[in-house]
Amino acid sequence: MVPQRRSESPTLEPSAESQVSTDAQLAMLERMHEIRAFEDEIQRMFAQGQVRGTTHLYQGQEAVAVGTCHALRPGDTMTCTYRGHGAVLAMGAPLDRSFAEILGKAAGLCKGKGGSMHLTDVGVGALGSFAIVGAHLPISVGAALSAQMRDTDEVAVTFFGDGSTNIGAFHEAMNLAAIWKLPVLFVCENNLYGEYSPIAATTPVSELTARAGSYAMRSVRVDGNDVLAVHSAAADAAAQARAGNGPTFIEAMTYRVVGHSRSDPAKYRPAGELEEWQAKDPLLLFERHLEASQTATTAEIAAVRERAAAAVADAAARAKQWPDPAVESRFEDVYA
Amino acid sequence: MTELTYRDAINAALYDELDSDPAVFLLGEDIAAAGGVFKVTEGLFERFGPLRVRDTPISEQAIVGAALGAAVTGMRPVAEIMFADFAGVCFDQIANQMPKYRYMTGGQVSVPVTLRLVNGASGGFGAQHSQAVENWFLGIPGLKVCTPSTPADCYGLLRSAIRDDNPVLFFEHKGLYALTGEVDRAATVPLGRADVVRAGDAATVVATQAMRILAQTAANELAGQGIEVELIDPRSLAPFDFDTVSQSLTKTNYLVVIEEGPGRASWATTLITRMVQDHFELLDGPPALISTDDIPIPYAAVLESAWLPSVSEIVTAVRQLVLS
Repeated sequence: MVPQRRSESPTLEPSAESQVSTDAQLAMLERMHEIRAFEDEIQRMFAQGQVRGTTHLYQGQEAVAVGTCHALRPGDTMTCTYRGHGAVLAMGAPLDRSFAEILGKAAGLCKGKGGSMHLTDVGVGALGSFAIVGAHLPISVGAALSAQMRDTDEVAVTFFGDGSTNIGAFHEAMNLAAIWKLPVLFVCENNLYGEYSPIAATTPVSELTARAGSYAMRSVRVDGNDVLAVHSAAADAAAQARAGNGPTFIEAMTYRVVGHSRSDPAKYRPAGELEEWQAKDPLLLFERHLEASQTATTAEIAAVRERAAAAVADAAARAKQWPDPAVESRFEDVYA
Repeated sequence: MTELTYRDAINAALYDELDSDPAVFLLGEDIAAAGGVFKVTEGLFERFGPLRVRDTPISEQAIVGAALGAAVTGMRPVAEIMFADFAGVCFDQIANQMPKYRYMTGGQVSVPVTLRLVNGASGGFGAQHSQAVENWFLGIPGLKVCTPSTPADCYGLLRSAIRDDNPVLFFEHKGLYALTGEVDRAATVPLGRADVVRAGDAATVVATQAMRILAQTAANELAGQGIEVELIDPRSLAPFDFDTVSQSLTKTNYLVVIEEGPGRASWATTLITRMVQDHFELLDGPPALISTDDIPIPYAAVLESAWLPSVSEIVTAVRQLVLS
């Protein structure tokens, strides 16, 4: 008999920000700024024709990746979607080798074989960015199964969008994680659009936590633009997972301030929506909070911002200088 | 050496790998408590317990995806797809995820996943439970594919597949589960190496699984007529041991390929193309392709047997080729 849980469980307490040290909060702010600056730079590189294919940018959603990944420990794993630069950087992947991968360089994280949609840095637990919607959820379930079978307390985080909750792999993964009580954090970034379609056009429930209910899975809906709220939810979910209490579904409400991909100007947005969300920009909110709570001064915050901008600019400049892969290297890494 | 059925040889390989490597585990639908719908995994749950022999929901995407996620984090999973036809519902995991994961990450991971898929016709299971679907996967770099025909090859190839650090699709032909043969539990069979089942100089006959068994009967019949064919079982389709076939052609100069499938976009057509392209001078006549009818697999016994190649078809094709 599976114990019944409420789909919107009150067991996850609201943000306990006092648990996050000042240093940790500033580290999160810095990482968020790095991601924002990284994505802005990628957008410029695309516009200048330096990057091939397409890209899916993360501006406006930084609090979800950073809040979640800063609740993790070494040994934990993460998978994400093709909108994954932010999550991979949040795990601690180096800026320069991340740029280099997107630029198709030999020193890229994946030796130039993956590109924007497949950023991976296994060394920091970033198991992969996956370009087929929903495909990575079962893979994180497998990483969690491995953690359980190896008798570790590692957890597996998987980030996905609201659109992924309509594909079969999502449901199979949720179900398997629930019946086997696997240490998974299903982090749904509800950015209100699945590709070009607003969520109401594709999904009959407005609160996606309802979907966790059918798998008797703990769930919580948080303000995805509030990095401390996300951090708190993720820390609680990770603690539950490490204690053997199985998976949690976190619905982080956020907004994609850019189009779906490079070719999407996002003209389908209702008037005023973008501006409304820009006023709730996660970086703006966090900086305001840090000042209001007297955690950091205006000058300290400015220093963090400048440090992040400089690190990104340096990394981009470095990566651009690096050589292309040797043509023969294309035959390597097919088989072990 | 022990005499085992094809089914029990697979069971023995799973047993021996579970016993020798704690990273190995099994997952699939009804493989644990029930011992598998074809009874291939019988007794393993009792011996190795519910953590290492795991019943899953009917969720092929989750089965293959979880195997993949476990494989890249230190485990060595063996997942069962109860009927190979169900690969259709987890095609993304098999075609897009498993074979490309290592490559797209620049070699950051290895992917030691074995998928056991139950293949093949002749049991009256109809069009969605009878296909030999190995050809669906042959155009995908990054996968290895085995199609064993004998108990010894089942045992030896499965152990090699599980120990391999790459994704391997291991197709078991359900029509052969009761076949018996000698098995050496100290021996493995390397992936990618063909077996010359029978030596001869009249024609090179290449066949896998149930078609290989038919071809053996046909070869005996032809021998009675003074025609000695060389029978080759590729055993693995990816990588494919083209050299063993071309070496045989230097002796026989005729090629006959038999396949349980419509003979389009297949290992058989690839083999013929390759031999014509690279070894045209070795051929004294056009290669013969014996395949099924180009239709879905019918249910009724008379229809299904008519759909499959037969011994007499093979005998006739070889005679036409070598006596022309």
